[in-house]
Amino acid sequence: MDRRDFLLRGTALGCTAAASPFVTPVALASAPWDNRLVVVILRGAMDGLDVVQPYGDAGLAGLRPDLPSGEAGGGMDLDGFFSMHASLGALSPLWRSGELGFVHAVSTPYRDKRSHFDGQDLLEAGIGGTSGIRDGWLNRMLQQVPGLEQEIAYAVGREQMLILSGDKLVSSWAPGTDLQLGTETQRLLELVQHDDPIFRAASTDAIRIAAEARDLGNLAGEAVGRGTSVDVARFAASRLLADTRIASFSINGWDTHNQQARGLRQPLEELANTILTLKSSLGDVWSKTAVVCMTEFGRTARQNGSGGTDHGTAGAMLLAGGAVRGGRVVTDWPGLGEADLYDRRDLMPTRDVRAHAGWMMRGLFGLPQGTIESAIFPGLEMGGDPGLLL
Amino acid sequence: MFDPILAEIRFGTGLSPIHRPVQSADTMIARLKGPDVAAGDFGWTMFRNTRPSPDDLLDAGRAIRDAETEAAREEALAARREMYDRVGLLYRRGFKTSLLRAARAEDGFREALVDFWADHFTVLAKNAQHRHLVMGYIEEAIRPNVAGRFQDMLIAVVTNPLMLLYLDQSSSVGPNSPAGQRGGRGLNENLAREMLELHTVGVEAEYSQTDVRQLAELLTGLTAPSGDHFKFQRNRSEPGEEVVLGRTYGSGGEGFHNVVEALTDIATHPATARHISTKLARHFIADDPPEEVIAVMADAFRATNGDLAAVYEAMLRHDQAWTPERLKVKQPIEFMKSACRALGMGANDIASDRPGDLHPAFFSPLITMGQEWQKPNGPDGWPERSDFWVTPQFMAARISWSIYKVNTFMTHLEDPRDFVRTALGPNPPEDVVFAAGAAANIRDGIGVVLSSAAFQRR
Repeated sequence: MDRRDFLLRGTALGCTAAASPFVTPVALASAPWDNRLVVVILRGAMDGLDVVQPYGDAGLAGLRPDLPSGEAGGGMDLDGFFSMHASLGALSPLWRSGELGFVHAVSTPYRDKRSHFDGQDLLEAGIGGTSGIRDGWLNRMLQQVPGLEQEIAYAVGREQMLILSGDKLVSSWAPGTDLQLGTETQRLLELVQHDDPIFRAASTDAIRIAAEARDLGNLAGEAVGRGTSVDVARFAASRLLADTRIASFSINGWDTHNQQARGLRQPLEELANTILTLKSSLGDVWSKTAVVCMTEFGRTARQNGSGGTDHGTAGAMLLAGGAVRGGRVVTDWPGLGEADLYDRRDLMPTRDVRAHAGWMMRGLFGLPQGTIESAIFPGLEMGGDPGLLL
Repeated sequence: MFDPILAEIRFGTGLSPIHRPVQSADTMIARLKGPDVAAGDFGWTMFRNTRPSPDDLLDAGRAIRDAETEAAREEALAARREMYDRVGLLYRRGFKTSLLRAARAEDGFREALVDFWADHFTVLAKNAQHRHLVMGYIEEAIRPNVAGRFQDMLIAVVTNPLMLLYLDQSSSVGPNSPAGQRGGRGLNENLAREMLELHTVGVEAEYSQTDVRQLAELLTGLTAPSGDHFKFQRNRSEPGEEVVLGRTYGSGGEGFHNVVEALTDIATHPATARHISTKLARHFIADDPPEEVIAVMADAFRATNGDLAAVYEAMLRHDQAWTPERLKVKQPIEFMKSACRALGMGANDIASDRPGDLHPAFFSPLITMGQEWQKPNGPDGWPERSDFWVTPQFMAARISWSIYKVNTFMTHLEDPRDFVRTALGPNPPEDVVFAAGAAANIRDGIGVVLSSAAFQRR
């Protein structure tokens, strides 16, 4: 199926959805599977070489004299070759229990221009080039499975999530959206929405979800740390405990052009807290959950003149969750010698980020490989199974 | 049948306490063909006059790099900082201008059409430094052409730097042109593809990848050097003939005239007539618009070679454009504009240009309603479907804005018992009348009227 056919089909689906009456997506068996997938977009280009440090590669220290790696930089040794950045230290127990893993030297097909804007669009669209971006790969995935309720997937937070946008309607909510009405005003609101089914349903749900978000304190698990992403994770977890199977949100702050040693601390701690909050809030459901953290591209292999790094090509993915086969750094390591670098500058991509995302969907949701390679990531060849899941 | 109240709500930016509703379709068309009064009352500069320009910003960066002393560097940094302050200020003023035009213009239909076409020919500022230029693009390429010929709007859009940058045309080089032979650079199909798929004949039309490729070759040479102005660069233009949708261009040699000729043909193609008519009807009348209305609009388009006023007139004269049921849900920006109009908002009500005032009252609520200002997800613009906009989170944001924000920027609020008729016309639904009168205070009363399903539809 080419892109044009795909779009035509998408339009037809859209019309059907528009014509169908609004159904309140509550308490219906909403998915033919029980696994959970959380996709976290790390916006700003996370430096994979600093987060998962190939300290065993003889080239690294010379490229980055002011960004020490391995135990010298306070990092945690993973496998004798790679170490994990010290600011992810809170995740060490997960590594040891096999609930945390990494993928290294991967990228999208995006090359050379290194724009955040285009890079993120392409990552979320999951297609090979920057033209013709319309919808996100998670939305296209949902379009492959008929009969899914809107509650099946949640975009959380105020950021537009292209990855979940498209013809399939999904749910969204930003924790902190304020809708606390006095009883009297709420009654009047119900009155002025009453005769219009879609407005009535959306307003009723809005009041309910806002109240549930306020009551998150009643969740079994604890919020670990503070911050927007932790709130987002708690809210996402509350949905994933119910009918939601897929959630996506983003964490900002990875664009470390200056003083990276200081600049990476905060986003990494936020990322660690977010993952620990998911684990804690999800309880038993954590065992069926895979969290995939991905970024638009990696950063330059060499540090720059201001203690930071610039926009590069290949980088790393972080995987967490009870469903993940962790405790490993999955990679075809390309090396850091100057001739090994992409454009003599960046870590060389040895595999497509989308192939790993594809294998995750294959494993979690049982989607046929052919569907993933044609409809979800058009034109992708997934290659061999990297065995990311238990 | 024509209805003055529906005319303002469905085809304009809503009812206003200042202007009497328009009384006939003739008047609507006559106003459109007349002078653009709102553009004069609330002026804005064209793209080419908007400063700082991309060149100015580039120069400011260079000045910092080239500074030879620390003092000169400080000065250059301060100069650039001032420039970026102006970028932000212009962006916020642009928003205020568009809000005030919607709230105060007599000709609401023109304002609604400008928004429709700006969305049809979506551009995005790819970086924060360009965000103040979108208003200039709309002012220069869209606004003067809303009642003119479609082909003129298409040519204006395609020769505007912002579109050339957004859809990568500026980096496209004919592989066999002198520039392509020298630099090894090649074609970028983005603008050509979107032009066929979104802007003109539409994705359901009969065209092939070869047409896209040929059109991309034909468009080589259209550039925006540094983003400041349009230029046709002959040395980038792919030599030879190109065949697009069955017609041959360029047999008389290279030149911009080939592009104009091709765009004129594509703009007046029967598939374009149908695509544009469908989009207009889908925007103004219903998510699934009546086939009969589309047909007469497309006929008018074809008969006049794309005279847009004639296409609108065909729509406005069709009974099915005036169904009493309001099938469309206002998009967040339409909702906000119509609320400001109903509230009788004037320049003094949002006098401040400061981000600290505009963000909490407008920009941030728009994001939570799902429609960050001038930032749709892609070149296909904002979705039309009601079910996209009526979600719990987006509704929460609309209700919350109506009740908690409106009173922060309006210096005076009307009595809700009167406001219900200002906002909804002489015959509002009884429930809304009751709610407006039963609210505990003026703020909640106004908020409940604006949150009502009746006000949210058009």
